[in-house]
Amino acid sequence: MKFVDEYRDAQVVKNLAARIAKIVTRPWTIMEICGGQTHAIVKFGLDELLPKSITLVHGPGCPVCVTPAELIDQAVELTRRPNVILCSFGDMLRVPGTGEDLLTAKARGGDVRIVYSPLDAVVLAQKNPTKEIVFFAVGFETTAPANAMAVLHAEKAGVKNFSLLVSHVLVPPAMRAILGAKDNLVEGFLAAGHVCAIMGTKQYESIAEQYKVPIVVTGFEPVDILEGILRCVIQLENHEHNVENAYSRAVKEEGNVIARTIAEQVFDEVDRNWRGLGPIPKSGWDLKEKYSHFDAPKKFELKPAAMTPVGECISGEIMRGIKKPKQCPAYGIRCTPEHPIGAPMVSSEGACAAYYRYRHLTENINQAGAA
Amino acid sequence: MNTPHLECPVPLSYRTEITVGHGGGGKLTQELIDTIFRPAFANDALESQHDGAVMPFAKKRMAFTTDSHVVSPLFFPGGDIGSLAVNGTINDLLMCGARPLWMSAGFILEEGLSLERLDKIVKSMAKTAKESGVSIVTGDTKVVERGKGDSLYVTTAGIGIIEHNHIIGPYSIKEGDVIIVNGDIGRHGMAIMASREGLEFESTIQSDCASLLKPVEALLNSGITLHCMRDLTRGGLATTLVELAQTSKCLFTLNEASIPVTDLVRGACEILGFEPMYVANEGRFACIVPEKDADKALAVLNKVAPELNPAVIGKVGPKDRGVVYLTSIIGTERVLDRLSGEQLPRIC
Amino acid sequence: MCLAIPGKLLDISGDDPLIRSGRVSFNGIVKQVSLTCAPEAKVGDYVLVHVGVAISVIDPKEAEETFKYLKAMGDLDGLDEEQTTLRTSKPTD
Repeated sequence: MKFVDEYRDAQVVKNLAARIAKIVTRPWTIMEICGGQTHAIVKFGLDELLPKSITLVHGPGCPVCVTPAELIDQAVELTRRPNVILCSFGDMLRVPGTGEDLLTAKARGGDVRIVYSPLDAVVLAQKNPTKEIVFFAVGFETTAPANAMAVLHAEKAGVKNFSLLVSHVLVPPAMRAILGAKDNLVEGFLAAGHVCAIMGTKQYESIAEQYKVPIVVTGFEPVDILEGILRCVIQLENHEHNVENAYSRAVKEEGNVIARTIAEQVFDEVDRNWRGLGPIPKSGWDLKEKYSHFDAPKKFELKPAAMTPVGECISGEIMRGIKKPKQCPAYGIRCTPEHPIGAPMVSSEGACAAYYRYRHLTENINQAGAA
Repeated sequence: MNTPHLECPVPLSYRTEITVGHGGGGKLTQELIDTIFRPAFANDALESQHDGAVMPFAKKRMAFTTDSHVVSPLFFPGGDIGSLAVNGTINDLLMCGARPLWMSAGFILEEGLSLERLDKIVKSMAKTAKESGVSIVTGDTKVVERGKGDSLYVTTAGIGIIEHNHIIGPYSIKEGDVIIVNGDIGRHGMAIMASREGLEFESTIQSDCASLLKPVEALLNSGITLHCMRDLTRGGLATTLVELAQTSKCLFTLNEASIPVTDLVRGACEILGFEPMYVANEGRFACIVPEKDADKALAVLNKVAPELNPAVIGKVGPKDRGVVYLTSIIGTERVLDRLSGEQLPRIC
Repeated sequence: MCLAIPGKLLDISGDDPLIRSGRVSFNGIVKQVSLTCAPEAKVGDYVLVHVGVAISVIDPKEAEETFKYLKAMGDLDGLDEEQTTLRTSKPTD
């Protein structure tokens, strides 16, 4: 596949890994912010190609993982209402709220449907005029323009049986929350390439400056990720803290102005509660007042989501890079993809799920061998 | 011809849908069998119209299998629940090294299912069975109320005869063996995905739903030693091989770059975030043969269906721990696990 | 975040920018994709598609130049660190 296969070239990957090993002189901790990058790193074993002095930690870049349990509860509640079809992205279905997840709600008889695009949910509403279609609008900035367009499409076509349950989150406030914490270990960032394709790179400059961390906008294939790490290490070794674009084939400095405008037309900045991290001010988007007739909680008079305690799950420490999944006492024992305690074990982009899926057997074998 | 009776004033010929009455075991059930099932499956054993079917049987090893089929949609590019059910059972028998001979078919029909759809599926089953020399000799029909069944479920059982002395199964797998697949993977799962509401895409991905009679027969007749065969169904290539490795307690090593995947399946998987190794197949199997027979086995499969791109994908290591190691396309290694749940399209 | 895949734009339809869309081929799989956020996309371009929306047009020149440099990296062994300063690095303060 063009623009994909070249970035999985084994020789280029080896060259980059060798270059990183040559340049690094001391330990560094680098965080990647996007679940898609986490997935690629763990699946392709990219961290194992790096010198031991480089520690990769995995940030809260999985929108499915950080959607609060209370919002999932609201989605599940909607499946109990008559005539409601709840549409969602696939990876949201297995994440538990405080009780059920949406797959269980579906098995119970709720009408839950997977869609590939929020625009498909609008079409579904048009095809089913006697039903109420609610779309579970999760995502970071990358997905916001598509969710906003769904609202605009529905408005233009006069579709009244369509609404959104919004759980949008923003990257820069999360980065600031991580960097501002007293126990922060992160020294450099790989910024999420597709978020930057929408938002551009400028909003990261003040973070790089304030916290003195290099931020490299990085893609998602093995070559992209290693290139991002290389550039980050070069900056760290040179005591630089700039914003660099290592994904220039897809990201422009100004981002996608039209996409951003569409998102900002429909959404306002709000405070958001992040599952595992807690409340972060001005870290989310929700529907503007003028589009409140598309707001599902309002339309269906849903009880306001109440914050729930996290229980045994240490997802917060994992998403801030303080701990790795293996360091969680429940990992692989009480918490597995089949019986997850927290979201990062369920979503395929969650750090715990990625590690478990691709590593736990290797770890068991290595332990058995060492025993 | 059937004469209408007083207790059932509307003759079958006026009906277009299954009703609860068709499952009653009375005249309506008999009419259904007489007009749809018997003409399609027609054979001597079926004509005895007894509770079970009795067939002549010599002193040979017999393979016996059963399966249930609940696929939705009932009709998909490259097949339907009927051809899927028949090929599934035929292939299970073939994987034991048996020649498939006889099958049963049990139907659970939902009230409201159109007779036209049922007829199409049954004719498809008859055609599929005939192509592999199999007779459907016995069956059963039940009807459930509207809303209690997903239109149609089929349960099949099959009997085959083993006409050679090979012991084909996981316990025959040995260190040094070579792992071969008969073709590219992931077609069935992605063909189904392409027609799922909410995920539709324009594509010509056809399910690979097919009988494995020709390739298995060719392998059995070629003189090579066949240690094991396993068809790759739900859970994909990866899950199947993990199960085989665990049962045989052998180490398998796979080379991701050698696993054949068509461009179309690759594109569909990339869009939805799926891994081809975990996508369902219906006309693919892995065969495990001694190293000395690997080239010949591959040549045999290439002769039967070169367009499928049969390939050597790995080797068998020592019998100490039954795990599957995969070397990725960038040269790193990891251990494969079974599929957990089902693959769901992801956005991240 | 996110899963966005490059595909080749085959055709464009719709005059209203809000519903402008096109058929995009991903290795032969074709999907209808919204082009509202990528009005500059022309038939034959590769667009990056996320949840049914084109979010960026791939710049083939940037891709080629970066990749040429990455491929050549294997021949650059022996150079000092200073000589590996990367093109798009912004100047330090």
